[in-house]
Amino acid sequence: MARATSRNAKIGWTAAAWFVALLIFFPILYTIITSLKTEQEAIAGFDLIPSLTLESYQTVQSQNNYWRPFTNSVILAVGSTILALIVAIPAAWAMAFSPTRRTKDILMWMLSTKMMPAVAVLVPIYLIFLRTGLMDTRIGLTVLLMLINLPIVVWMLYTYFREIPGEILEAARMDGATLRDEILYVLTPMAIPGIASTLLLNIILAWNEAFWTIQLTTTNAAPLSAFIASFSSPQGLFWAKLSAASTMAIAPILILGWFSQKQLVRGLTFGAVK
Amino acid sequence: MTTTLRALMGATALCATAGLAAAQDNVTLTVATVNNGDMIRMQGLTSEFTAANPGITVEWVTLEENILRERVTTDIATQGGQYDVLTIGTYEVPIWAKQGWLVPLEFDEDYAVDDLIPAVREALSVDGKLYAAPFYAESAMVMYRTDLAEAAGVTIPEEPTWTDIMAAAKAMTDKSKEQYGICLRGKPGWGENMGFITAMANSYGARWFDTDWKPQFDSAEWKETTTDYLAMMNEYGPPGASSNGFNENLSLFQQGKCGMWIDATVAASFVTDPKTSTVADNVGFAKFPTKEGLDNRGNWLWAWSLAIPASSDAQDAAKTFIAWATSKGYTELVASKEGWRAAPPGTRTSLYENADYQKEAPFAAMTISAINAATPQKASVQDIPYTGGQFVAIPEFQGIGTAVGQQFSAALAGQMSAEDALATAQANTTREMTRAGYIK
Repeated sequence: MARATSRNAKIGWTAAAWFVALLIFFPILYTIITSLKTEQEAIAGFDLIPSLTLESYQTVQSQNNYWRPFTNSVILAVGSTILALIVAIPAAWAMAFSPTRRTKDILMWMLSTKMMPAVAVLVPIYLIFLRTGLMDTRIGLTVLLMLINLPIVVWMLYTYFREIPGEILEAARMDGATLRDEILYVLTPMAIPGIASTLLLNIILAWNEAFWTIQLTTTNAAPLSAFIASFSSPQGLFWAKLSAASTMAIAPILILGWFSQKQLVRGLTFGAVK
Repeated sequence: MTTTLRALMGATALCATAGLAAAQDNVTLTVATVNNGDMIRMQGLTSEFTAANPGITVEWVTLEENILRERVTTDIATQGGQYDVLTIGTYEVPIWAKQGWLVPLEFDEDYAVDDLIPAVREALSVDGKLYAAPFYAESAMVMYRTDLAEAAGVTIPEEPTWTDIMAAAKAMTDKSKEQYGICLRGKPGWGENMGFITAMANSYGARWFDTDWKPQFDSAEWKETTTDYLAMMNEYGPPGASSNGFNENLSLFQQGKCGMWIDATVAASFVTDPKTSTVADNVGFAKFPTKEGLDNRGNWLWAWSLAIPASSDAQDAAKTFIAWATSKGYTELVASKEGWRAAPPGTRTSLYENADYQKEAPFAAMTISAINAATPQKASVQDIPYTGGQFVAIPEFQGIGTAVGQQFSAALAGQMSAEDALATAQANTTREMTRAGYIK
């Protein structure tokens, strides 16, 4: 009887999990479905059965070159993530293993920078980019995206590092490890799942960033967010084309997420159950 | 030593001169534009321009209309110089030109500036100087199904009144067949429902502001406009009309669900295109309606135009490009590649005198007549302190127009009464105009 109940409960939970997962995934699924419709079908109303035409993909590719914004997206997402990790690992290490009275305040202050709406600092940042010649450059945008995501990266790494017993690092020091050795050869390998999930999450955040990447680029550094924005039309049907452009833009990150989901889940739940 | 130094300085000067010459020879123009059929076609034909001007490279930045406006405004206000050519409308041109943000345009004789349609040229000029060259222009008119009108036994005159339109809408409605007498914009936005409603209000004798900039939504004219608009849409309009904009109505009309559609003249080429429209052979055109006793047909006028921001460092090349893209030659180029139907409409008188164009574009005569009839410099029969036909050409209008549009959309969706929508519009607009310093 008990077994039957637990099996029923399991089925119930699985069904609930599937329902929630489908609910979350539905907007993406519907975007893909819409991209396979004709423009007339796309605007006609809710319909899950597309006519499976690839017309919109052809139009999108013939109107805009996909590969330039794609390359920019890869460079911006990967570049800003690596840069963020280089800055955040030592910072999180210091805060996790040598905390001071102010550590919590510093962490909170870092997070507070995320609470301000981005548009509030648009003009100052726009002017800084203009005066320093960083406008529409990959390097400028890479640094900016790194700075935007840094608080989250530091917070995540700090949480993972806190789970690692300080005694292990002490033991390494007893064996004569320098600070560099300690971070590189002891701490980092132990925190790999955490770092990996931070890395993946940061890549996703940087890939999907659509305010600064549109405001601070024109042609040279414009990534896929700007590519998508170019398909909205004031006069003329565009939903299928916009959906095709969106599908092309999210496909790489979706595939990356798919293959690394085990790593992501492991990292995100790392240290959750002790 | 001195000789060496001189030689070095000479070499440096030579290099600098060569560099300067190279910079002048190879200019990259960044063109900011919106995504619509005519603009996309121009992007495809840019190779013809660069072949004739080998020193100029053209880079396109295509953005959604509102993002484009935001990006360009930020760039111009900060003297960013990111763009060399801007795609802007008749709303922005007078405001930005007065701010000194745009370069006045002067073309040589070949350009035939006098061939530009006078109403459009005037809308893009400030103090007699042209600040943007029209790429395509539009007014508004009635597009209707000739077959449905015939079946319903109604005739839509070439110059209809609102009474004619309402009677025709009633006769053509058959909701059991998903056939709606009239489709109008309901989606909130200063360039969406307020574009149409402002033009309709003009034709009812209403005005946005009196000469002291006091909002006039409490006037009898606005009340009548709103009542008739809501009555038409509720009784003869399609369901969910409060979320229908230009594109949604275009789709409904092309699918044969609308008896009439009153909107931008540019839509005529879409609804008569047999490749996308199921009703292409049965479309008739009439002027924008007016109220009996008034001679005002809305005064809708819009032109997507090309302008040069004062911050551009390639103004000569930008002018060369604009002269090409808005020339008679460009129209002929489009016609030779894709037929006369595809020619950008509404900008040049010569296009409407062209027999080939008249033959291929059945909407040509009505389009030019609608554009010529528009007087956006004086949109209302009453005295007004502003210019603009289906909008008010003040910087605050984007915010105010959208806020008022939300009230009308809510009334159309049945969330509030017409009286409440007008009262809220009056209160909000008065507050914003006082805050902005118009009302002392």
